[in-house]
Amino acid sequence: MEQLVNGYRAYAYIGGKSFDAALPTAVFIHGAQNDHSVWALQTRYFAHHGFSVLAVDLPGHGRSEGEPLESVEALADWLRALLDVAGVRTTILIGHSMGSLIALETAARAPEKIKGVALVGTAYPMKVSSALLEAARDHEQRAIDMVNIWSHSGIAQKPSAPGPGFYVQGGSRRLMQHISRGNPAKVFYTDFSACNAYEGGEAAAAALQCPAIFVLGKKDMMTPMKAAGSLISKLPAAEVVQIDACGHALMAEQPDQVLDTLFRFTCASAK
Amino acid sequence: MSDPRYPGFDTLSLHAGSTPDPATGARATPIYLSTSFVFRDSDHAASLFNMERSGHVYSRISNPTNAVLEERIAALEGGVAGIAVASGQAALHLGLATIAGAGSHVLASRALYGGSQNLLGYTMKRFGIETTFINPRDMNAWRSNIRPNTKVLFAETLGNPGLDVLDIDTVAAIAHKHHLPLMVDSTFTTPYLLRPFDHGADLVFHSATKFLCGHGTAVGGLLVDGGTFDWQAAYDKTGRFAELCEPYDGFHGMVFAEESTVAPFSLRARREGLRDFGAVMSPHNAFTILQGIETLSLRMDRHVSNTRRIVEFLVAHPAVESVSYPELPEHPDYQLAQKLLPRGCGAVFSFTLKGDRAAGRRFVESLSVFSHLANVGDAKSLVIHPASTTHFRVPTEQLEASGIREGTMRLSVGLEDADDLIEDLKRGLKASQKGA
Repeated sequence: MEQLVNGYRAYAYIGGKSFDAALPTAVFIHGAQNDHSVWALQTRYFAHHGFSVLAVDLPGHGRSEGEPLESVEALADWLRALLDVAGVRTTILIGHSMGSLIALETAARAPEKIKGVALVGTAYPMKVSSALLEAARDHEQRAIDMVNIWSHSGIAQKPSAPGPGFYVQGGSRRLMQHISRGNPAKVFYTDFSACNAYEGGEAAAAALQCPAIFVLGKKDMMTPMKAAGSLISKLPAAEVVQIDACGHALMAEQPDQVLDTLFRFTCASAK
Repeated sequence: MSDPRYPGFDTLSLHAGSTPDPATGARATPIYLSTSFVFRDSDHAASLFNMERSGHVYSRISNPTNAVLEERIAALEGGVAGIAVASGQAALHLGLATIAGAGSHVLASRALYGGSQNLLGYTMKRFGIETTFINPRDMNAWRSNIRPNTKVLFAETLGNPGLDVLDIDTVAAIAHKHHLPLMVDSTFTTPYLLRPFDHGADLVFHSATKFLCGHGTAVGGLLVDGGTFDWQAAYDKTGRFAELCEPYDGFHGMVFAEESTVAPFSLRARREGLRDFGAVMSPHNAFTILQGIETLSLRMDRHVSNTRRIVEFLVAHPAVESVSYPELPEHPDYQLAQKLLPRGCGAVFSFTLKGDRAAGRRFVESLSVFSHLANVGDAKSLVIHPASTTHFRVPTEQLEASGIREGTMRLSVGLEDADDLIEDLKRGLKASQKGA
């Protein structure tokens, strides 16, 4: 589905069914240098099980036009604008990595709209090492390979995503390369800089009025579980789910566990 | 901080796509000889059918043993997905049928395996897909024969029978300039000798029957998607590839390019091509090919070193008229081979001995280590004499037009002791010249 947001075409995958704003809505937000397709399995399931789905491509990513936005706050405002254009009155936000910060900030800024927040592969502060930032700025392919290797816990994933026969790490690498080719701007560097600079996490957590869940990979090297500790301490009522045999690419490495966890949380929060 | 690194080729050859069996702990990949797989409940069944969950339903669509092979070849090639099919011919057909239909055009090298030539030149033509065959070394021919209805450029990494080395970088650039993918048959080179995606190819297929299996025990094919070609951008600019970028009625209106940004080709190839054409690989064959791949680099190094010894021997033999191998400076693609194939130009090549068809027959019938048969890529050394077998009805003049002489032999060099192979060839060459 395409809409015009702040003057630019914004794309959101709707899970293979038509979008109906009257249904409970789940919004999926990808991480740095990714697009909607990282949620392929989870979103199709939601869309065919009672939810309207918007898996957005953030500005400058995938099919959405415009430059990548430079701060988590700006991305949260963009997301609120998109929800307004789509006619979404209330929704659950599900964000991965950088997307989890956008979900958190959006929930704090629009408490009347957000009925639940799922933070998948999150950390706060989400500091990016200087080596990775420099690579993203000066040697994007090197940054892609660093992130790709650190994001996967093993050499094979079963079941593979989006289906048997797909080589998960190969697909992840190509997707990041695709994002690079599609936009001459330094998308990766802009995304990482936004993560690195974000300082509103604790305030956003304190302002949160809806249920929250943390979904964390036990072998995550990008956002290790302990790096979510400060946010978890600010949200004592939040559920924390730790997933075995899983790195940072949770949706691809353990698609069923991530889906089942998110669906259970979303159904409960949407009531 | 040092950069992290990906697993190397040999590690991927042994581990990619495979984990210890969760049910039994078996370390070797089990052969799942099961046509179908039990659903947890009705919702699980529906979600598998609708691509909401990953898993196996029916072995014509996917199978756990085949999936290991598919993911392993994708990893070795540096691609995003693999599909195991019944043969190399089935892989070529699936690759074409996924993006081409009646009214489509294929631009192909004329230096192809005979089976590929038959499929393109006769059989696909019967279904409305036309092919233009060109000299793969002629870059102007690649450029000038692209039509509005062309869907793919296609060639072999090492052409048949003259081992034309495909200038993948240049042909891929021509294809991409016209918003077209390049598909290559990489059977003779395997990912150990050459990774076509690194040079710009978009789709690769193998007759896995050959070096990947490596022991002449299983027929199979593998189609690999590089994830490199932007199907949506090509559709936006040219209207081609609606198969991937418009709703597909045959799968609930799915738009494959929206489902997967980088692998819509593989989604459709499996969800339509395997489902409907049904040229699936047996899990037993998948296991056999996996066993072969585990030792691919070791075997290819030996295949190449034996071949180099034999080429050196043949070049110096007085009964030999010519040897065609791209590592020889007189081969027209010598320079390109040095660049693309530093690990070697494979183990299949042709040479021509002095004499007529009868001399060729005497040669073949005198060999005892080389087996006279119609295959390549076995651990055992193989030989075929085209003028008395595959081309036995073809008049001499027509033979020569296709680059074959009466004394031309094709060898597939195996893993035996090189000295024994050379001894065998010596015997054959001596016999060939008797009565000459």
